[in-house]
Amino acid sequence: MCLAVPGKLIEIHGEDPFFRTGKVDFGGILKEVNLAYVPEVLLNQYVIVHVGFAISVLDEAEAREVFSYLAEMDGLEELKEPSG
Amino acid sequence: MKFIEEYRHAEGALRYANAIHKIATRPWTVMEICGGQTHAIVKFGLDELLPKTITLVHGPGCPVCVTPLELIDKALAIASFPGVIFCSFGDMLRVPGSQADLFSVKARGGDVRIVYSPLDALGIAEANPGKQVVFFAVGFETTAPANAMAVFQAKKKKIHNFSILVSHVLVPPAIEAILSSPQNRVQAFLAAGHVCTIMGYEEYDPIAERYAVPIVVTGFEPLDILQGILMCVRQLEKGEHRVENQYARSVRRQGNPMARSLIQEVFRVVARKWRGIGEIPKSGLALTAEYAEFDAETRFGVQEIHAEESPECISGLVLQGLKKPYECAAFGVRCTPDRPLGATMVSSEGACAAYYRYRKGARGVASSAQGEVPHS
Ligand code: SF4
Repeated sequence: MCLAVPGKLIEIHGEDPFFRTGKVDFGGILKEVNLAYVPEVLLNQYVIVHVGFAISVLDEAEAREVFSYLAEMDGLEELKEPSG
Repeated sequence: MKFIEEYRHAEGALRYANAIHKIATRPWTVMEICGGQTHAIVKFGLDELLPKTITLVHGPGCPVCVTPLELIDKALAIASFPGVIFCSFGDMLRVPGSQADLFSVKARGGDVRIVYSPLDALGIAEANPGKQVVFFAVGFETTAPANAMAVFQAKKKKIHNFSILVSHVLVPPAIEAILSSPQNRVQAFLAAGHVCTIMGYEEYDPIAERYAVPIVVTGFEPLDILQGILMCVRQLEKGEHRVENQYARSVRRQGNPMARSLIQEVFRVVARKWRGIGEIPKSGLALTAEYAEFDAETRFGVQEIHAEESPECISGLVLQGLKKPYECAAFGVRCTPDRPLGATMVSSEGACAAYYRYRKGARGVASSAQGEVPHS
């Protein structure tokens, strides 16, 4: 139930940020979601959706961190030590 | 699909696992709070990639699992009232109460419906003015904004035949309860990324400080979880204890301000009972006085229902990371997902169900048991 999944916002309905809804594409499955909690969202951005509500807009730059973290660590001493 | 597949890359996972092997010099015990993470760890076998010295224990972060028996009994009582349409997320329907579950109420003719969102339940109330529509508002901080919005809209639109049965719990007080237990063996936490998407992570700073534990806000995909573990182990090896944010693509320090303000408008913090753990002060939410008319417990007069847990089920110990599911004598024998004895077997996010589904012969899986610290 706590499941929250990312999807792409492909349509926005309504003007008032508090009552807006939108259509989100989850890899081909489309769902209508409430956008009240993401007033800043723009079309074609990715959102995390939980029980019918978009709860955050995914930050593309931060999203790449997972892939660069190890590279950053490679330069650090602790990784060069042999395992204890 | 974007934001999913790339975080499941086997090569990336192995690189992370490798980095953890390199820096881990001592045994450490790390708890993932969230049932969604437990599910991913067991499903993808992430624990089996780790050094044997690192033990992952599964925390209480499954709302279905920690909803106390008496709340299930209250749900059953309300759902059995004539003229009631009882709406719930699907995974609550099979949770056993003292006598029955919601499915059996439905089988006896009760109008029990599965909905995807609390707003769907509100829609059913609007469409059925002659009926009482009740939504079983179960969940952690992640779900609170959705439930808050349903009640907020009900008041605004004057939908008086709608109410919610609230069973909302909060993560930080549960972490504190685990840490302050004399039997505690958890040395670092993966905090739940979607809970923190709503609430932010400022609340965790004092906990990390007071109990000297690293807390890493972590996402749900394999690479997220492995990175979260690596960040925990790095801190543990250096003797540090800070709050870090692995899941920054979704989590901001302040959380989601709109969601937080609506939660504050509709809910207040109260003591809550956790199934298997007992009452924890300031660990849950109830409706504020302004929204009290939407409280199903008072509307249907079920406040006085009390119930005791089954003595055989050790899910309370499982939820606190003190036992693994296969250490329960009933696991896979008297207790299976088809005939669950306790809530951690009912929900697919529950530790017992995850082990049953992915580790059928879990008693024999030495690799995940070897790193365990013996305990009484
Ligand atoms: S296996 Fe069943 S009885 Fe045992 S702890 Fe898990 S839910 Fe409870």
